[in-house]
Amino acid sequence: MMRVIKGITAAFALLCAVAWTATPAAAQTPAPASTQGRLHVDITEGHLNPMPVAVVDFIAASPPAAQVGRDVAQVIRANLERSSLFRSVAPAAFIERIQAMDVPPRFGDWRIIDAQALTVGQVTALPDGRVRIEFKLYDIFAEQFLTGFSYSTTPDNWRRIAHRISDQIYEQLTGERGYFDTRIVFVSESGPRTRRVKRLMIMDQDGANPFFLTGPDAMVLTPRFSPSAQLITYMSYETGAPRVFLYNLETNRREVLGDFPGMTFAPRFAPDGNDVVFTLDMNGNAEIFAMDLRSRQRRRLTNHPAIDTSPSYSPDGAQVVFNSDRGGSPQLYVMAADGSGQRRISFGDGRYSTPVWSPRGDLIAFTRQGGGRFAIGVMRPDGSGERILTESYLDEAPTWSPNGRVIMFFREGRGEGPRIWSIDLTGRNLRQLPTPTEASDPAWSPLLP
Amino acid sequence: MRNTLIVLAAVASVAACASRPEPTPTPATQPPAAAERPQGPVPGSIEDFRVSVGDRIFFGYDQFALTTEARSVLERQAAWLRQYPGVRLLVAGNCDERGTREYNLALGARRAAAARDFLISLGVAGNRMETVSYGKERPLDPRANEEAWSVNRNSHSQIVSGAVS
Repeated sequence: MMRVIKGITAAFALLCAVAWTATPAAAQTPAPASTQGRLHVDITEGHLNPMPVAVVDFIAASPPAAQVGRDVAQVIRANLERSSLFRSVAPAAFIERIQAMDVPPRFGDWRIIDAQALTVGQVTALPDGRVRIEFKLYDIFAEQFLTGFSYSTTPDNWRRIAHRISDQIYEQLTGERGYFDTRIVFVSESGPRTRRVKRLMIMDQDGANPFFLTGPDAMVLTPRFSPSAQLITYMSYETGAPRVFLYNLETNRREVLGDFPGMTFAPRFAPDGNDVVFTLDMNGNAEIFAMDLRSRQRRRLTNHPAIDTSPSYSPDGAQVVFNSDRGGSPQLYVMAADGSGQRRISFGDGRYSTPVWSPRGDLIAFTRQGGGRFAIGVMRPDGSGERILTESYLDEAPTWSPNGRVIMFFREGRGEGPRIWSIDLTGRNLRQLPTPTEASDPAWSPLLP
Repeated sequence: MRNTLIVLAAVASVAACASRPEPTPTPATQPPAAAERPQGPVPGSIEDFRVSVGDRIFFGYDQFALTTEARSVLERQAAWLRQYPGVRLLVAGNCDERGTREYNLALGARRAAAARDFLISLGVAGNRMETVSYGKERPLDPRANEEAWSVNRNSHSQIVSGAVS
């Protein structure tokens, strides 16, 4: 099922260059005279009863295309299941055998096996070597066509199409943007704790297609995506002292950001991608700076003898949340993007760090340390409404799904290596991500362009 | 008092390590004053600095203030560095794992700066030293307990050049 694409850089070039055409699928099926409300999953509640969705193996005229059809359906099912908002109806239970895309399904056959939504699709080999992948989504009880698209792409790009279809289904049924056509960059870890090898690795959101971006010689930490998902900023010991780097995923080139007298770390992109905000430490005093990536002009945002680090922009770019121990222990502070109006927002028990502003703007995720344990939680930007989602011996470094509904972080057991986990904002659906090695410092990409 | 004993044991165990320090959970059995013995390290060597002087100082949790212990080690370092003026140092700050990564990078930088500034106040030229922070990335002791954490909160004065070989 996890079919790893070989030729890693080539695979990424393909991913970038996907020319996909999205056209509303054929004529809408006439809606029956039903007054039933629109099929809808409420994403803000915990889901003890996920919506049952049937995803049929995509039909095809040739065996190779049929294999793609089975793989696409399987990736969609896995995505929907992992979200915990949906349950994939077991294909063994299907009664109707879908044989054509242009004929509406026999809704009764799907109602009887308790499917509330149905996805059908088709894979067609095109004369130019590409494939066309189409899908349609139906509301079974309303007997209604909901949405459908057609994508043309190279055959080895089927997995991204499966993720885009998953996003379409998620969006149609929840009313929110999906997060399946995304990637995770993280730090791959190996070796003994006293001589750890840490390398940048990137993979699809579901763990497919993992590959290294950097070698074993230089320790790297804290990668983060640019809003275009084409650049990654991270910290590396490659040149000796800690330095903020930029890695270009299109060219596979990396460069040091700026020429600073001290060490630079804790970088993050501004939401417009035009600057990177980071920490510059000069002789033991960590301050927050921002650098414009085009003019290379730097501006200083904090000026305080305490530690000021871990800056993260609000999605509108107007504010920055950061970590400071100016009050005696590490706590969260918010300031305007020009550094003015610095004020503390965390007042609970414990030590707060690694703040990350939600892409929706309504919450800030953080790591809270107290009572010998580390927790991942969220609070509103004014510090109210604090809620802990999960805790363990060490939970650290939250990162948001692009729709602000899921948080990834890393978890380390006592004396154990780290692994990446995800949890819904509801506090449910805790899951470990499959990574080829031990892994820390995850960063979730935006939806891919 | 207990902490002091732990730190002393840690200094001894660190001193007993090879140049790439390996974790030694049990305290070293030999006394740290190895230089007094006839077959001590070559004077002016990295080994001499490490064993006779002590190349690490230790800190309390989330602290960067120098303890009395730390000051006396740094005073010995400064005296040794005055004796061997060609030696250059990399002063590296380290933290235990009970903090988050970026905060610990900043805390390690504070520890390295505290050690460097004290050496400067004792007459060691600032241009003989560089500082770096490894945060919680380079623990000396891999274990996850108080004893290991107390050892991992340190500043390491590492000789990079100029020692007698």
